[in-house]
Amino acid sequence: MTTKSFQEHFDKQIENEVSIEPRDWMPDDYRKTLIRQISQHAHSEIVGMLPEGNWITRAPSLRRKCVLLAKVQDEGGHGLYLYSAAETLGISRDEMIEQLHSGKAKYSSIFNYPTITWADMGAIGWLVDGAAIMNQVPLCRTSYGPYARAMVRVCKEESFHQRQGYEIMMTLANGTEVQKKMAQDALNRWWWPSIMMFGPSDADSPHTVQSMKWRIKRFSNDELRQKFIDVTVEQAKLIGLTVPDPDLKWNEATGHYDFGKINWDEFWNVVKGNGPCNKERLQARQKAWNDGAWVRDAAVAHAQKRKFKETPKSKSEAA
Amino acid sequence: MATDPKDNTTLQLLHFTLQMADNALINGHRLSEWCGHGPVLEQDIALSNIALDHIGQARSLYQYAASICNGINSENRQHLFASTSLNQKISKGEMIDEDDLAYLRDAWDFRNVLLVEQPNTDWAFTVARSFYFDSFNFLFLSVLQNSSDSTIAAIAEKSLKEVNYHLRWSSEWIIRLGDGTTESHQRIQDALNDRWCFTGELFQATDADVAMNAQGVGVDISMIKQQWLEQIQSVLNEATLSLPTGVWMQEGGKQTRHSEHLGYLLAEMQFMQRAYPHMQW
Repeated sequence: MTTKSFQEHFDKQIENEVSIEPRDWMPDDYRKTLIRQISQHAHSEIVGMLPEGNWITRAPSLRRKCVLLAKVQDEGGHGLYLYSAAETLGISRDEMIEQLHSGKAKYSSIFNYPTITWADMGAIGWLVDGAAIMNQVPLCRTSYGPYARAMVRVCKEESFHQRQGYEIMMTLANGTEVQKKMAQDALNRWWWPSIMMFGPSDADSPHTVQSMKWRIKRFSNDELRQKFIDVTVEQAKLIGLTVPDPDLKWNEATGHYDFGKINWDEFWNVVKGNGPCNKERLQARQKAWNDGAWVRDAAVAHAQKRKFKETPKSKSEAA
Repeated sequence: MATDPKDNTTLQLLHFTLQMADNALINGHRLSEWCGHGPVLEQDIALSNIALDHIGQARSLYQYAASICNGINSENRQHLFASTSLNQKISKGEMIDEDDLAYLRDAWDFRNVLLVEQPNTDWAFTVARSFYFDSFNFLFLSVLQNSSDSTIAAIAEKSLKEVNYHLRWSSEWIIRLGDGTTESHQRIQDALNDRWCFTGELFQATDADVAMNAQGVGVDISMIKQQWLEQIQSVLNEATLSLPTGVWMQEGGKQTRHSEHLGYLLAEMQFMQRAYPHMQW
């Protein structure tokens, strides 16, 4: 087949909703876009372990400690599936980690905000995982097979995470005055960063058009953001919390909430590295990786020794 | 303190249960500190899983300890713990639960061995600590699943399945590091040597151990020492490592005299309950 016919075949598969698999021909830019998106997603899971991991040792009850630890462990598992999905596109996990540590690869900016109180564990589960689900559910039908399959499992767990976060918020909102204050304070701090998680407005999103054409993406940033706001505002009302947006208003005509102006300056600044915790997050990842180098070396060396020891034995057994 | 022999047995059962519960919680807490900071993702996940097992075991044991506590007559119950906030709750006649035992006691009410409260330090020190403890825990629980106390026996049986995996995990890492690179060999040998002084206490019988063994509830821990040594030796042989030779053993944890580390661990762990008392979370 010529490149042109490869391209035609690929286009036809996309058109017919046939998933693209690792051995299929795909345009270079499609591959690059997926590597960028999946690795960024994997890095977000791994860096995302840090702000919540921050409260494992201080969780207020044994049950909460177990649930939080299990949740953060799940995020690690998500990172693992996603790194594996990206590896099918011809990049190694070490290369991806190197790109994270050098700053070449990005991760979700939301994790550059600090977790100051216990209520932040509720807010992250409810809002951050809630926003992630909005983004990720359509990815279960994304055109690249390994990514779509990884997302099916990720979404199941994320929906549990979202519920556990909301349950923390509900418990606080039904608690004492100081607990209610803690919950409202967390919502105040996490609301805007959460709605920024959907990325820039469609007009300023450089990758959206092509990604939608390739059916990597199914909905635009603004569509998903609106959907998230419509659902979440009702959930906040249900537990008596106030969304920190004075311009928030139900619009009968559109059937959606109108909302205030997003501070995109803040968004781009955090992306560029000026968020409250960008440095700490990256340093924590680099430290874990560098401190673990001798451990990984030992594991490789031992595996080689074992292989070497076992080889002559299996030969003699065969003889 | 209790003078009635029946109450004394109950008190020893409480202390015996707390020894195990505190070991599980403090060990689990220490291991959970690795979450998000492991040397490689798969091990980060494995260690969090093990931490979860320990904290889960601690919960079952604290629930049992709380029920024992709540069953002691109200006069004797007032003197069970030194910690003020817990005693206030008890003296008001309130029932206590797993969280009260974990979050309201100070270090001088904790009965865990010194070994488990030692800091993670690095991967080698963490592996060494787990290896010593898991080897003990596996043998201890293997006997304990035949306990005449049905709750203890059930918890031991359930925990043993998990501890079987913990021991495999820590033994494999001992071998991997010992028989890995020159650096890893040295690091794990140093860690094993350093933490060795905390292993003697594992086999030191407290009053609670003696009383519970006599009742058929507990374990004659002196009996498992030899097996423990053999088990350790066999893994170290495979790992090309040497059994530490130190003879001086640190002790005190089981008698509620702890190292400086436990106070800091508890200050962090109990922060929420201390700063925002009497609330549901």
